[in-house]
Amino acid sequence: MSYSPSALRIAREAARRRASLRSTFIAALSTIVIGAVLTIVVTGAPGFARVRESFFNAHYARTALPHVFTGLWLNLRVMIIAEIFVLIFGLLIALARTSKSPVLYPLRLIATIYTDFFRGLPLLLVLFLVGFGIPGLQISWIPNSAVILGTVSLILTYSAYVAEVIRAGIEAVNPAQRMAARALGLTQAQTQRHVVLPQALRKVTPPLLNDLVSLQKDSGLISVLGAIDAIRAAGIETAQSFNFTPYLVAGGLFVLLTIPLTRFTDWLTRKQDRARVQQGQW
Amino acid sequence: MSPLLEIKDLRKSYGTELVLRDLSLTLAEHQVKVLIGASGSGKSTLLRCINLLEGIDDGQILLAGQDITDIDVDPDLVRAQVGSVFQAFNLFPHLSVLENITLAPRYVHNKSRSDAEAEALDLLSRFGLADKANQYPDLLSGGQQQRVAILRAVINRPKVLLLDEVTSALDPILIAEVLALITELKADGMTMMIATHEMGFARQVADEVLFLHQGSICEVGTPSQLLENPTTPECQDFLGALRKAGRL
Repeated sequence: MSYSPSALRIAREAARRRASLRSTFIAALSTIVIGAVLTIVVTGAPGFARVRESFFNAHYARTALPHVFTGLWLNLRVMIIAEIFVLIFGLLIALARTSKSPVLYPLRLIATIYTDFFRGLPLLLVLFLVGFGIPGLQISWIPNSAVILGTVSLILTYSAYVAEVIRAGIEAVNPAQRMAARALGLTQAQTQRHVVLPQALRKVTPPLLNDLVSLQKDSGLISVLGAIDAIRAAGIETAQSFNFTPYLVAGGLFVLLTIPLTRFTDWLTRKQDRARVQQGQW
Repeated sequence: MSPLLEIKDLRKSYGTELVLRDLSLTLAEHQVKVLIGASGSGKSTLLRCINLLEGIDDGQILLAGQDITDIDVDPDLVRAQVGSVFQAFNLFPHLSVLENITLAPRYVHNKSRSDAEAEALDLLSRFGLADKANQYPDLLSGGQQQRVAILRAVINRPKVLLLDEVTSALDPILIAEVLALITELKADGMTMMIATHEMGFARQVADEVLFLHQGSICEVGTPSQLLENPTTPECQDFLGALRKAGRL
């Protein structure tokens, strides 16, 4: 049978097209207006010429770039190593905190104190305590490299955040899932491994990635210990020229580095939302 | 011959509320008993005590002569021999149908992946679900999900299969699908204990129907005896209410 759309449908579709065209037009217009206002306010400011000279100087950007880039390579290595350890420790701490076995009671206690402590303590203080305090102990076998101790500080702080995120995921898994697994004869550990954790990690992937983005950015803080990372390299350039453009170059590179992970997080969140809509959970 | 499952003076309370009052019953091999009774009469609790998801206060439960409520018994080993199916299906959403069904064979019964999968595919195709093997539970209808959940328990060849209101979340057409599967399991000789509000189950698969009232077995009989000519006033009231609601 051939189908010819009714007049009603044609009218409805035309109205939808008009509405979507109108939305696009309004969005474009508002972007132009806001952009224009910002430009006028910033460039019209009395000190704009001096700010542009000290923060957006193309010459200094070009000369600083190779040094900042070398520093960024250090950040990149620190990020990746810290991320691997943070995921492992975060998972172990979350498992310890959610376990109910009496044997693990001391571990549970330590894990709780650990997360409370390191979530509360500012990262900068952890960096000082670890980076300057540990070498101060003068124990010969402990490395006193700023890079290693800085990475350790990042791992200490971010493991606490990540552990809490994973724990929230474990607790969000429906208890009936655990019950169904145990009813099949699976042990506590098998239930955790095959039923609870896979569901928990899926639930918390977006907040987990969010923490990793934050860690990437904070890897720049190891510069306070003297490690020559991108931020430190920019600082050295600035100290020679009294121009702040190198910092902006470093900042821009950090943003570029985190964009793939943030976009991936957005994409994943959208995908999960769509799946939920399809399942009728909304 | 001693019964496969023997429950002696089972007592269970939640706090101060007594849910099962010194309840005793036996279940022979290949026998199917259906538990009926109002919500809160103790049907589900009884099933949850048998697979040790609930600890009991007093009494004993013997499975194939072994006291499974003995404190030295490993509950995981008992549960590996008792199949359980729930009202809410409780399939694992991150695993495909095939992975759901092969999880216990592989990790509890130590079968190889290929053996477990071959066996699961046999079962699925026997019950018309072979084309769903690689789908995820979300994409199945309620009736399909519940049939998969039943097969997930059946593949482990349990000594006894416990079905706890398995059709309460389903519409009449899907109930018929599940009932057909359970009828076939009965023909295979599966020993079953079924808690249900669906009297079709009682009529079609029960060797004996038990009417529970306030944690005790109030009346016992064949399906026709108990459903047509109940003798206790409690059972008459219950069946009268069902008849009024058009569910008898």
